[in-house]
Amino acid sequence: MSGTHGTETTAGPVLGDTPPEATSATGEAGDNSAGIAAVGRVARALMPATGVVQDPTQLRTYECDGLAHYRVTPALVVLPETTEQLAGVVRACAEHGVPFVARGSGTGLSGGALPRADGVLVVTSRMRTIREVRRADQRAVVEPGVINLDVTRAATPEGYYYAPDPSSQQICSIGGNLAENSGGAHCLKYGFTSNHVLGAELVTPQGDVVTLGGLAPDAPGYDLLGTVVGSEGTLGIATTATVRLVRLPEEVRTLLAGFRTTDDAGAATSAIIGSGVLPAAIEMMDALAIEAAEAAVHCNYPDGAGAVLVIELDGPATEVEHEYAEVERLCTEHGAFELRLAIDAAERALIWKGRKSAFAAVGRISPDYIVQDGVIPRTALPEVLRAIAELSSSSGVRVANVFHAGDGNLHPLVLFDDAKPGAGDAAEQVSGAILDLCISHGGAITGEHGVGVDKAAYMPKMFTDDDLDTMQLVRCAFDPDNISNPGKVFPTPRLCGEVPGKKKHAHPLVEAGLADSF
Amino acid sequence: MTTVSIDSARASLSSACSDVAEGTPADAVDGVPVALVARPASTAETGEVMRAAAASGLTVVARGRGTKTAWGRPPERADLVVDLSRMSAVLDHAAGDLIVDTQAGALLADVQRTVGTAGQRLALDEVVPGSSIGGTLATNTSGPGRVGVGTARDLLIGCTVVRADGVVAKAGGRVVKNVAGYDLGKLFIGSYGTLAVLTEAVFRLHPVPPARRVVTVPFDTAADAGRLVQAVVHAQVVPAAVEVEWRPDGPGTVGVQLGGTAAGVESRVAATLQLLGAGATAAEEPPPGWGVLPWRDTAERGTGLKLTCALSGLTAVLDAARRAAADAGVRLTLRGSGGAGVLYGALPADAPAGAVAAVVDRTRTVCGEHGGALVVVEAPAPVLAAVDVWGPVPAIDLMRRVKERFDPERRLAPGRFVGGI
Repeated sequence: MSGTHGTETTAGPVLGDTPPEATSATGEAGDNSAGIAAVGRVARALMPATGVVQDPTQLRTYECDGLAHYRVTPALVVLPETTEQLAGVVRACAEHGVPFVARGSGTGLSGGALPRADGVLVVTSRMRTIREVRRADQRAVVEPGVINLDVTRAATPEGYYYAPDPSSQQICSIGGNLAENSGGAHCLKYGFTSNHVLGAELVTPQGDVVTLGGLAPDAPGYDLLGTVVGSEGTLGIATTATVRLVRLPEEVRTLLAGFRTTDDAGAATSAIIGSGVLPAAIEMMDALAIEAAEAAVHCNYPDGAGAVLVIELDGPATEVEHEYAEVERLCTEHGAFELRLAIDAAERALIWKGRKSAFAAVGRISPDYIVQDGVIPRTALPEVLRAIAELSSSSGVRVANVFHAGDGNLHPLVLFDDAKPGAGDAAEQVSGAILDLCISHGGAITGEHGVGVDKAAYMPKMFTDDDLDTMQLVRCAFDPDNISNPGKVFPTPRLCGEVPGKKKHAHPLVEAGLADSF
Repeated sequence: MTTVSIDSARASLSSACSDVAEGTPADAVDGVPVALVARPASTAETGEVMRAAAASGLTVVARGRGTKTAWGRPPERADLVVDLSRMSAVLDHAAGDLIVDTQAGALLADVQRTVGTAGQRLALDEVVPGSSIGGTLATNTSGPGRVGVGTARDLLIGCTVVRADGVVAKAGGRVVKNVAGYDLGKLFIGSYGTLAVLTEAVFRLHPVPPARRVVTVPFDTAADAGRLVQAVVHAQVVPAAVEVEWRPDGPGTVGVQLGGTAAGVESRVAATLQLLGAGATAAEEPPPGWGVLPWRDTAERGTGLKLTCALSGLTAVLDAARRAAADAGVRLTLRGSGGAGVLYGALPADAPAGAVAAVVDRTRTVCGEHGGALVVVEAPAPVLAAVDVWGPVPAIDLMRRVKERFDPERRLAPGRFVGGI
């Protein structure tokens, strides 16, 4: 695993040097230039000249996604505008054995859209049409390059919104969300992308266009869509998505609660969930994260807080009223020394501003940092936070904690100064040790950022070889030639070969009695 | 299978599992005789059983409690039933984390009892009484509560399966938020046991709401039903369920369930009564038949249909199904989650197969026009012979490829699922 360094959380194309880290897992250039040239010819025939990028300088602007520590310049970039163009390029890739990687807005934090030096980067940013907002069906049909927040903007006049809200929602794309099964602060109550994408048109790694799911629920057959969502671009490229629209709630209340310690805030979180209240969101920030947010956006969080909770309640007004009283009582009981209720949209925005800016804000207090993403059972929060604090003090590496407390999704920010010799390595060790803590508490190595290239090596800590092999049966069904975003998710590719056990004919040498098959 | 091979298969199964018996007529899978029944006691033992079955070339049908073995098409063969009823333990209820880990053979009712002690529930309605967890997942059953909290795919967070080759594999985990690796659980939900044998499942739980009430209103026409459902789903009352019921004679009923705090439910009931207009009444308990599959209203089972559509297609689908039944001269009961675009239909056991086929064809066309599908869930043999059970299935080629990878020898319930999978 490697880190996100400093301001490198920047989205979109970033200029920089190709690092020595580029390994064969992400593709060596050179051996398939004829294939690339052939795909380039097909692409130029299919789409306008501006949709095919081959100039080396321009290619380098696509060398990384939001995890800019990994950089690989793709051999070819295409920007299709239609499903037909995209499918045509993928078909050409399949024909010539050229790997391809899909990219939406490039905001992913696990290197899922890291290009291949020997491959094609398929960028969906020109497929940006919201085709339909179907209020009567509570659905929208959108193209993959559509920005997450734009779906909500289009649905709000109808009284609806799109619930999954990753903190990059102003720039991240629906296609990328689908690939990563993106979460967000409000998925505590409303679920993740996989609960909200109900249909998709998928270009398979062979370049075929198939329809999965749709406007109606429970399509007959296997729920392939359920497996495609979150498969990080390894099963094909979605060219449209049918998404659920959620009715805007009658009432929203946002509460900021200040606590002396993260233990108190963690206990309050458990008490709220245990009481049967299901807030839309419960977010926690510790002292260091608060310090950073204050420095960056002056969010005016309570003085002297060792932790704050941002709790949002939504729903019918009478229910929210009751839940608010309950949450207020439980926070006070667990040591909250200040409670602040946002009384209007501006105050609500200010409370959220501190939380949503926290990652970037850490850049104010540390030149470099790693954004970690791990999950633990919610009840283990106090224990794991104490263990992280011990790790931090014994290693001398500062760790700021910002996370989705309600569902146990930690985002420790491991701070370091890359200018100091050995600091980066020490930070990576702490970051890795935090993941080990998550695993040893029965959690997961990623809650929403994905595995990508960043955590593929950690997969065997969570899954056995048989588990990973079984997942790769799906991979082999969709992509037997391993050309759709190869090198991501799985630490070791599975050689798919022929369908096992389906013996057609014996080898001619065996039939001729010249050899035996064992 | 010949008698000799049964004996040798039985011997090798018996070394894998302590409980192996010959199949009885009661074990038959939708009329297909079963030679052997193995009842493994653990995931590991299930793995051994599957390895032995593979070595002996046996086809296998997994069974939880056998309440839905007639669903789908009858399998081509069913040499061995792997019965999971000995694996009935609720393994771990982590109340503070709102999750439950259970063996696949556990009764859904037992899981509810266990988690209920902490004021929690697994938000899966028991639409077929006596169902196991494994059977519920394999057939992806759902009830009225799907409008509020979704279906199995929204609740399952981890699973353990035994593959056709006996390999044990896990996917997901024990935390509600987790994007590490493929979400195989969703692939197994609704797969009718054709990909693997599910042995363990981990679910997220929900708190039991302190108060629940149901508002019902009668309607006369399909258009009225569609309008009432639209009125409720676009309001801000956050219904837990929006049901539509329409028996062959008389008016239909739209039922809206609200769950929450006592005070909250009271005000939302008032709002819902207003939305539904004249004739709407509120009650503590849902009306009779609520959450029951309509073809299970009577002891003599007829044909059961599942109809789906986009929400805006509800009027057209209700209308088409009623007209098709009237024209074919058969009595059709419709009931289901109108607020989710799901309806179930029941036709009597004595309805002529040709008449049932006519209803299926005409209604399926209209479901398809509204983005949905019609599936014949279960039916008497003459009807099964006369209808296309699954109807058109987009992406069937990709599904076949998935099946070939998981079960290349077609060991698991061959022929039961879509496209002869």
